[in-house]
Amino acid sequence: MKKIIALALTLIMIFSLCAISASAENVVKIGVFEPMSGDNGAGGKQEVLGMQYANAVCPEVEIGGETYKVELVYADNASANDKAPTAAQTLISEGVSIVLGSYGSGVSIAAGDTFLNAGVPALGVTCTNPQVTAGCDVYFRICFLDPFQGTVLANYAKNDLGATKAYCLAKQGDDYSGGLCNYFIKAFGEANCVYEQFPEGTGDYSTYITNAQNQGCDVFFAPVSTEAAAQIIAKANTQALGMPILAGDTWDSNVILEAAKGTDVKICVTTFYQEGANAEFDAAIKEWIASDATALANNGGNNELAAVTVMGYDAYFVALEALKAAGSTDPEAVLEALPALECEGITGAIAFDEIGDALRDSAFVKECNNETGLWDFVTVAKAA
Amino acid sequence: MNTMQTVLPYVISGISVGGQYALIAIGYTMVYGILRLINFAHGDVFMVAGLLMVYLAAALPIYLAIPIVIALTVLLAFIIERVAYKPLRTAPRMSVMISAIGVSYLLQNLALYITGGLNKNYPSIPWISDQITVFGMATTRVTVITPFLTIILVVILVYLINHTKIGMAMRAVSRDFETSQLMGIKIDAVISVTFIIGSFLAAIGSLLYFSNYPGVVPTSGGMPGLKAFVAAVFGGIGSIPGAVIGAFIIGICESIIKGLDTILITGGAITEQIGLATFSDAFTFVLLIIILVFKPTGLFGEKSTDKV
Repeated sequence: MKKIIALALTLIMIFSLCAISASAENVVKIGVFEPMSGDNGAGGKQEVLGMQYANAVCPEVEIGGETYKVELVYADNASANDKAPTAAQTLISEGVSIVLGSYGSGVSIAAGDTFLNAGVPALGVTCTNPQVTAGCDVYFRICFLDPFQGTVLANYAKNDLGATKAYCLAKQGDDYSGGLCNYFIKAFGEANCVYEQFPEGTGDYSTYITNAQNQGCDVFFAPVSTEAAAQIIAKANTQALGMPILAGDTWDSNVILEAAKGTDVKICVTTFYQEGANAEFDAAIKEWIASDATALANNGGNNELAAVTVMGYDAYFVALEALKAAGSTDPEAVLEALPALECEGITGAIAFDEIGDALRDSAFVKECNNETGLWDFVTVAKAA
Repeated sequence: MNTMQTVLPYVISGISVGGQYALIAIGYTMVYGILRLINFAHGDVFMVAGLLMVYLAAALPIYLAIPIVIALTVLLAFIIERVAYKPLRTAPRMSVMISAIGVSYLLQNLALYITGGLNKNYPSIPWISDQITVFGMATTRVTVITPFLTIILVVILVYLINHTKIGMAMRAVSRDFETSQLMGIKIDAVISVTFIIGSFLAAIGSLLYFSNYPGVVPTSGGMPGLKAFVAAVFGGIGSIPGAVIGAFIIGICESIIKGLDTILITGGAITEQIGLATFSDAFTFVLLIIILVFKPTGLFGEKSTDKV
């Protein structure tokens, strides 16, 4: 008897998970394929914020003469390459017309095949590794690429900071940091770079700081996740690193600002958007973030605007434009409409090349102000 | 720069990490000694202690937060033992082990739910988080304090085990479960005390560890927990001095391997980077395998040592 009750309880629990609610009105689903936990959880949440705000601003879209309500469907890829295909499959099963994301290139590469097999178009928001779109016909993206970003950073280190020897740190098996270090080293000169990788789950970054100091480097390039970044900054401060830290778009986050505030660590990053470029938009989204407790928590407890949030906002509108151009909610039609699409976003004009990458030629360079805990704009860098 | 000055920062950082592993390793080794159970949830108790500190320090002054964190951690371990392990005392050992894995995932997922998976910045504790200079090298005070504090705590613990009534009971229980029960020892009380001591040390370890590496995520307990477990096996599981020495060896080895490239280049042995840092974890585990092949019971795992 006890066994039967136990079995019945288990079955009830399983079936209740499968319960699906159906609605009668016209709904178009946009998949949000982002990390909500794990190493890139903080960044993923900020990117989603942009999409949620865009959805609040424009909750309906007209497709083929009919008004559709836009529903965002979320799947957490947990920043893990092995969990990404499952999350992608969840979205496909939900019947989404287009997918946005992800923050972090590794998960996007891992899920590429799943989207390709299902024929569902995916729009990368801030995944900068070239492999995301190369060889995956359904993947498009609206941000610049790592070869460009790596070169910009290397040029900045050489020309503006006057560095002669660079220390490069990446996470083992991470496509984003590994790729970016690779392009940085190519542009900076292999002979002048020290390249090291740390394994997953590392807690002690002090030895890497010591390595950089002992090898006489004068710039520390660490395009790693914000989780690791917070610790690297703390260690750089207590061990008096004595050289600037450079990083890519990932570090454009208030997690970094919080960690660097009140320290002596100089940090420079390249990013997609500089706060203040569109004051009206800035004010509106900040007000929205401040008005919602969950949104505020997901943004790290304050309403500093991260570039990824703005990119998420733009991605949502690109998706709407694609749906309008397709005139249908069918993923196949959306996929056909994407290559010819051109639109104006907050972060600049968006159009795609034949691989599906965005045509972008400039990046913003920002420096962290240790006193105010805010970003100071430095320059707009173009690839040489 | 001379070799000594190149190597020193790695050794100091290694000793410090080793001390923190040691405090966690004692929890593993004591529970194993008495229950023959590998308490997989121990690393997560360590992580929860870190999270409690994050939340309590935001609401209370630090001198109040620290004792409350320690008390709550001890309470958590006590409850885990009573709820998840005690009802399984007569069950096969494998069932208890699976229960421990279940508790570990439960704690991790609860933490994931509460924190939303985001990195929580550990509060900086005055005095021990201050920056100091040792032998011309900048570091935090906690790095220097850790090994001494660890050794003091271990000496007290060994005294407790060898010279008090409860210690004698623990030694008896670790030798023979049923006979000691027949001799009138309250097994449940002894086991609870073991969990309390283990989690108390893990809470202290978490204070030191997160002051040094100030970021807490739900998986923070994973790697330190695993390394501490390796240290316990390395030193001979069940032996307290073994766990401590094993932890220091692993901490120092790991730290030196991470810096070996730099040390060799500065020493002039090699001229180019050979990428050894990438393998720091691999070396740790290879070392474990080698020791176990030659000495299956670990460094101090002889039958004659006190199994507590």
